[in-house]
Amino acid sequence: MSLSKSEWLALEKKANELRNLCLDTTFWAGSGHIGGGMSAMDIFTVLYHKYLHIRKDDPNWPDRDRFILSKGHAGIAYAPVLCDFGFNDKEQLKTFNHTNSKMGIHLDSNKVIGVDASTGSLGHGMPIAAGTGLAARVLGKSYMTYVLTGDGELGEGSNWEAAMTINHFNLTNVVTIVDRNHKMIDGDTEDVMKLEPLADKWAAFGFTVKKVDGQNIRELCEAIDFALTATNPVLILADTVKGAGIKMMENNYKWHYGAINDELYAQCKADLAEYYQKRVERVEREAK
Amino acid sequence: MAGGFVYTAVESTAMSTAEYYGNTLAELGREHPEIVALTADLATSTKIGIFQKEFPDRFFNVGIAEQNMFGVAAGMAKAGCVPFLSTFSVFASLRCADQLHTDICYQNINCKIIATHAGTSFGQAGSTHHAIVDLAVARSMPNLVVICPADGVETANAVRAAYAHNGPVYIRINRGFDRVLYSDGDYGYEIGKAVELHEGTDATIIATGSCAFQALQAAMFLKNVQGVNVRVLNMHTIKPIDKEAILKAAKETGNIITAEDHNIIGGLGSAVAEVLAESDIPVRFKRLGIPDKFAPIGLHEDIMSILGIDSNGLIHAVNDILGRKTDDDDNWEDEV
Repeated sequence: MSLSKSEWLALEKKANELRNLCLDTTFWAGSGHIGGGMSAMDIFTVLYHKYLHIRKDDPNWPDRDRFILSKGHAGIAYAPVLCDFGFNDKEQLKTFNHTNSKMGIHLDSNKVIGVDASTGSLGHGMPIAAGTGLAARVLGKSYMTYVLTGDGELGEGSNWEAAMTINHFNLTNVVTIVDRNHKMIDGDTEDVMKLEPLADKWAAFGFTVKKVDGQNIRELCEAIDFALTATNPVLILADTVKGAGIKMMENNYKWHYGAINDELYAQCKADLAEYYQKRVERVEREAK
Repeated sequence: MAGGFVYTAVESTAMSTAEYYGNTLAELGREHPEIVALTADLATSTKIGIFQKEFPDRFFNVGIAEQNMFGVAAGMAKAGCVPFLSTFSVFASLRCADQLHTDICYQNINCKIIATHAGTSFGQAGSTHHAIVDLAVARSMPNLVVICPADGVETANAVRAAYAHNGPVYIRINRGFDRVLYSDGDYGYEIGKAVELHEGTDATIIATGSCAFQALQAAMFLKNVQGVNVRVLNMHTIKPIDKEAILKAAKETGNIITAEDHNIIGGLGSAVAEVLAESDIPVRFKRLGIPDKFAPIGLHEDIMSILGIDSNGLIHAVNDILGRKTDDDDNWEDEV
């Protein structure tokens, strides 16, 4: 099912709104994990505005699709997505990271509506996703589980334990997406702890690997469409840009976590506007 | 304990403690289709395999991957299943402590960890397989109920009670056959309520797990041979600890000894010490267990004897705390 131009443009518009809301939240919070938030925003957008079967007025609907954010530090991007969707009041974003806020760096599933699992310690998302996938089988449910991991966190062995489980039980109801932004706190993934050949690793664990441009909404949609009809587990290796949309942050590992003052904020806003313009131009060029 | 089979001492001659668990879980599985079971390549050793035989579609062996198992259980529970997961206590508490903390306890997941081979019950395996810090780890996890049953019958009660409790529960049970403490399961088992096994006003032994049987033996000897009346409390629940029973014992007996097959740091002894230290009751107090070192290799009973947490060691401890000498019985004339 190909993505229509109007749908693509609508998703671009939403992604742009969410990038801006993530920036605003980082500004209100004073600082945040904005680099890995921005790299994942197109993935969030596609899931929450095209694929996830969820109900705004019934967040605990038992048959809903699940989304597990394994890279829990991207809460600064995830919270805006959940507020924008309508699960939580957008005003809450202004309290992000403030004392006694319901929203901290790593979102708590018992405090923030719409969060399927509290994460933060890395390497936890895939096992939990394997669990929701197995549970669907036991309970006779047809919901999907999507799990988004970082790339640096793939150093945690528990991911690969879960990969074995997903493969062993052939959990085709679990779609694993890696936000391959190439950067971790201490530098480039290949300098800190080599991940490549990453696609081969996943293939060796039994996954069909779909490598896509993680900042290309159409490619992301095509990969998810493929996963939804696959007969064995699919790994979407989303090649992304850390800090996507904000020039000074792009591909700069030092923006894994950073603070934004008034001056930077204005520059970031201008960058995001320019980035959005280029994204729209690409749709105009490439949409069928 | 309402519902379920009432096991008797007769079964204890034929069933190991873990078999009580496996059979009770299978019974629960017949009543509750949402129960699922997980293990990490220890279906046979932990006896969770009894459930597997009856409910193969609700049983998942994740291979030797305990961290993954805890995460999978959390996911299954989030989706509406009630997972029981079993591995050895030493792995359940240490190998996947992060998952226990974050996936299970932080999210207050309704899953039950039945951890086997507790304490030094797998004595010959050495310290890599002794669980001497699991109570300390588990007790410090918010939301987690921590239970250490005294024998097979009590294990059956605890497993049923764990299912009835909505939230995470950690139960540590021993490898092999425990000494039989309870002739049947109908003694009013309740999470968080100590069971008085023996009356007494001179001193109290607060014991958990395999030490409960030993404490009762010691109390009977002390009463019948030395005329010393020792209260014995089976503190099967380490958290929430039964403060009321501890304070009552402190007031009425003035001498408290704790006995556990665990490091004296962080387990039952520490839990009781915390209650006593925050009370205004003056009391003489002694913790018995593994004295902050790794235990020797050997048979469980031998290790308990070496550690002084068998009946003989407890008799000495009671006499010590009361300032009495434990008479060496060199008179063989009265032996029968």
